[in-house]
Amino acid sequence: MAEFKLKIRRYDPEAGAAPYWDEHTVDLEPHRSVLEGILQARNENDGSIGVRCSCRSAICGSCGVRVNGKPGLACHTHLDDALASAGEDGVIEVEPMGNMPIIKDLIVDMDAVHWKKIQRVTPWLIGKEPVPEREYIVSRESMIDVTQSMACIQCGACVSDCLSMEVDPLFVGPAALAKTYRFVGDPRDAAHEQRLKDLGEDKHGIYDCTHCFKCIEACPKGVAPMNQIMRLRRIAGNDFHIKDRNNGERHEAAFVKNIEKNGILHEADLLPDSYGGKFHPRAVPELISSLPIVMTALLRRKMTPGKALLHPHKAPDGVKRIFEVVEGRDERNEFNLYISGTDANNEGTAEVAEAIETAEPAGVAPDGTEGSSA
Amino acid sequence: MKVAYWPGCVSRGFTAELHGSMAAVAPMLNIELVELDRASCCGAGVIAEHSQELADTLNARTFALAQQEITQGADLMMNICSTCQGAQSECQQRLDASAEYRAQVNETLSDEGLEYQDGIINKNFLWVLVEDIGLDKLKTLVRNPLTDLRVGPFYGCYIVRPTDRLDINRAQPRDEYLGQVIEALGGTVIDYAGSHKCCGFPIITMNKAASLEQAGRHLGDATDADADCLVTPCPLCHLNLDLQQPMAAKQVGRELNMPVLHLPQLVGLALGLSPKELGLQHHIVKPTSVIDWSQAVVGGVGGW
Repeated sequence: MAEFKLKIRRYDPEAGAAPYWDEHTVDLEPHRSVLEGILQARNENDGSIGVRCSCRSAICGSCGVRVNGKPGLACHTHLDDALASAGEDGVIEVEPMGNMPIIKDLIVDMDAVHWKKIQRVTPWLIGKEPVPEREYIVSRESMIDVTQSMACIQCGACVSDCLSMEVDPLFVGPAALAKTYRFVGDPRDAAHEQRLKDLGEDKHGIYDCTHCFKCIEACPKGVAPMNQIMRLRRIAGNDFHIKDRNNGERHEAAFVKNIEKNGILHEADLLPDSYGGKFHPRAVPELISSLPIVMTALLRRKMTPGKALLHPHKAPDGVKRIFEVVEGRDERNEFNLYISGTDANNEGTAEVAEAIETAEPAGVAPDGTEGSSA
Repeated sequence: MKVAYWPGCVSRGFTAELHGSMAAVAPMLNIELVELDRASCCGAGVIAEHSQELADTLNARTFALAQQEITQGADLMMNICSTCQGAQSECQQRLDASAEYRAQVNETLSDEGLEYQDGIINKNFLWVLVEDIGLDKLKTLVRNPLTDLRVGPFYGCYIVRPTDRLDINRAQPRDEYLGQVIEALGGTVIDYAGSHKCCGFPIITMNKAASLEQAGRHLGDATDADADCLVTPCPLCHLNLDLQQPMAAKQVGRELNMPVLHLPQLVGLALGLSPKELGLQHHIVKPTSVIDWSQAVVGGVGGW
């Protein structure tokens, strides 16, 4: 047994007092969890500590908190690990998650934020018509792909730390968008385009994410919500050519064109092109509003008119060739580490997979095609 | 040391003072820069959003060009942009993961006679400072310690997350390096809420209000923590924090007057270069507090 000091953030909105820190010493094996520490403090010192938990096995998603400033599951964080990431005073800080109102102490209002956003994205399968007599038949690979987003346990850790949501509470957010990919990536779903169109027309939809990687870092289940958001954008822009209200698709196209032409980014063109070109009605007010900054930049010689208007760079032939080859492919070639794994950890697994294939009769669909049913 | 040097796009465009200050500081740190002038944009995450293979191939080409320099005596590839670091590391992770995928990408590069071999070392200047030059060595080079200069670190998302891809761990706390460098240069590190958050730049054309709100908040938080200036290894963060600062101030409804320095500029000041040699006069927010400090220390830099 060892002693650990826990500093718990306490707040009871109904009491009207300000939040405060409350320190407790607990006595537990170092491999025990922060959750067990909190429960010991509650059971032995102060029964009024508010914490939500259920399974204690990292699968129910109830005990999301911030430990030393980082979001995660209290039951999935060992006390010794938490101590190692604690400050110099050796005190483990436990706080409620962010971006959600506090009900009491470590319990946040998941209904008010997280669940509302999940409901926002139609979180169920809209089956293809006609409904088959038996199961829908899909390929094995297509299901491996969506298992990453299916691994979500709805703990809210990604929502807690989403930096876009911090400034734009209406942002649909990482958990709900990962859930969207779960259906957009599912070949059985009939509403891929509608789902994406809906989230492209919402100003706080797929193009409101800043690529900050916070959700990838936060997720205790490896869902990598930001990666799923980028895939939603790829499908929305490339496959369905959805023109969104944030100019996200236009910005992406302008950026790609800019690099194809110049090799390195020519910023002076990017801004107007992202709004549809220098003379596009949407670009004009944007350009006028940025005039004062442009003037200051010119005055400070941060940029010169010549550099801004002319194109000093040209893409080398090698770069142009890459665009020709890759953009000329019939199908997008997407290497997915989640599905493929690395050579190092795949060593020997090919033989194992083969052995399984031969030992198990392959599922044969009624129409004679091979595949697994889901 | 000799490095295959990738300056990035913005450091030669809207933040030309970054490229210039790096060139000024490098000889003082005994770094020989071999510029990869035929390389292309890293894609900044946007090209990958359009097509992963396109981003991977463009960066494999940059890596292959760098490897040509490495075979001719360069120690590693160095960049001066957090976003390049993150976007290139992401592509490298995929390229290094699979020989089959790498062969596919190399097939496209073969027209130009280039080939990427897995395992390139590509480090931001910040990492090179701490890991290859070393803080002890850096301390011995300081001529004007940044005494009493209160500096807030601003990392940029791409250089601190995801931690596993960027090899950030307890033995290698790359997400604390800016603080270590500021201290080694004799300055005071300011702890404020925004140091590891997003500057908002990636959505400046998509949701301007949210983007500027992010920049404005971090600048405001640093102001409230009494910082004299911020320092960043990311030119894209610099665009939102400096170039857009007047707009960010309007967005958050408070006055902001926070100078933002590029990392080589801060290092250069401590190594004895003048603000003018480091291009500080090109910033939108005049770095008055920093200049006052350097004049007080140097006793009149003048001429700017």
